[in-house]
Amino acid sequence: MGVFDIIGPVMIGPSSSHTAGAARIGLLSRYILKEEPVKADITFYGSFAKTYCGHGTDKAVIAGLLGCGADDPAIRNAYELAAEKKLTIKIRTSDEDVQHPNTVKINLFGIDGKTMEIVGVSLGGGKVSIRKINGFMADISGETYTLLTVYNDQSGVVPLVSSFLSKNDINISQMRVFRKGKHQQAVMIIDTDSRVPDAVVEEINALKIMKSVIAIDPLR
Amino acid sequence: MFEYATVADLLNLAEKYNTSLAQIVLRREAEEYEMEEQQVIEKMRQRLRICADSIKEGLYDDRLSVSGMVGRDAVKIENMEPLLLGNIAHRALLYALAVSEGNAKMHKIVACPTAGSCGIVPAAVFAAGEAKGASKEKYCNAFFTAAGIGNIIAKNACVAGAVGGCQAECGTAAAMAAAAVVDILDGTNVQAAQAATLALKNTLGLVCDPVAELVEVPCVKRNGFYAVHALTAAEMAMAGVKSFIPPDEVIAAMYEIGRMIPVALRETSEGGLAKTPTARGMQNKLQKRQNR
Repeated sequence: MGVFDIIGPVMIGPSSSHTAGAARIGLLSRYILKEEPVKADITFYGSFAKTYCGHGTDKAVIAGLLGCGADDPAIRNAYELAAEKKLTIKIRTSDEDVQHPNTVKINLFGIDGKTMEIVGVSLGGGKVSIRKINGFMADISGETYTLLTVYNDQSGVVPLVSSFLSKNDINISQMRVFRKGKHQQAVMIIDTDSRVPDAVVEEINALKIMKSVIAIDPLR
Repeated sequence: MFEYATVADLLNLAEKYNTSLAQIVLRREAEEYEMEEQQVIEKMRQRLRICADSIKEGLYDDRLSVSGMVGRDAVKIENMEPLLLGNIAHRALLYALAVSEGNAKMHKIVACPTAGSCGIVPAAVFAAGEAKGASKEKYCNAFFTAAGIGNIIAKNACVAGAVGGCQAECGTAAAMAAAAVVDILDGTNVQAAQAATLALKNTLGLVCDPVAELVEVPCVKRNGFYAVHALTAAEMAMAGVKSFIPPDEVIAAMYEIGRMIPVALRETSEGGLAKTPTARGMQNKLQKRQNR
């Protein structure tokens, strides 16, 4: 922990978990969709569902989806910004029991037709984690460069994908693998010290076993 | 190596290199993140500018928060000549309310160490600094001292209300502010550490029971109280008053108490002020409004 974790973060109030964290989940979702969003159905759970109005959690998520960071005063006028950028918003709350009190589900629709269901949790102090993407387990913090790959579970995928990274001199800092079951769909999340160039993402995506590959930038 | 884990470490390093706490904190930061010291200083100056702006914006904005519970008390303090407090304490109270009200109204703030306690450090440091005509460099050093104290508390205890109650948030902020104000007053390293200790010690047991789960009641006014509290601690330390219990033991006690505070009084709004009839009435009203 450094000096600027204590004298910081710089953020729009009132709450690091319910406002700053929410904005970061929104922005990370935008990075994952990789298209201009045109429609967002947002569902709040737990404490988010109870207090989103007073904390501006809704405004923060929307502003994040539109590309704003947690310190962007535009969060205050997020609904006006959404209207201007032609993003249709629906807010719902759910009393369904969820593991983490500060949970939001975002069903995102992109301008070129891509759709994504993203579940994010706000962990406190502005730290966040994307826990599910299209029903798959995930764990993406937005603190490093992350490569998300979806494929059919089989042996040899981990060294195969990592060979593309080492060939391009990209160092892996962390790696997580989840699967629905043996030989079913699997997700591998790779955090790297540097950006994975588009050409390398294309190369990995061209592998027969790959269903999709997404490179996610760290949050500002 | 400028790594420190405790207040004792920080004091020892400063003595070894014959320098201030702020310098050790700065050098450790530069070392840890492989930055030039000048870059670290520039980044701190940016934070200082945002703190100064958050005071100004808070004073300027006299709207109520979305809930209507807070937002117009800084104006009341500003419009009245101090009756009992000295000018510096009166300014500290005013600035802390302004920043904390601004936070509740979605202004840009520097969490310090948290958003709920964001008014205390800027208020105490700027109120004292303005009165003493402090230079930019001095403000910067004061904030590094504050950060050092905050980092040590975060490392050995906690700075989240959900983990340790409000003593972890406003208590830590007051400790940071008290040490920083001693810096502004050209006090010694030991006096800065003592000011932090006295401030923290006298927030022990403070619970986090926010009304309607919002960062408003009692948080906003509490920022005002603890900015003045930090000045009291600095005043005592400058006079040579020392805490009988040493700094690191007080920090350990804060953590122990934090873990003993019932969950209902750790930011869950299931006890204390949050469960009073008035608070429940407010919560119901806000819930209905939100569902509409």
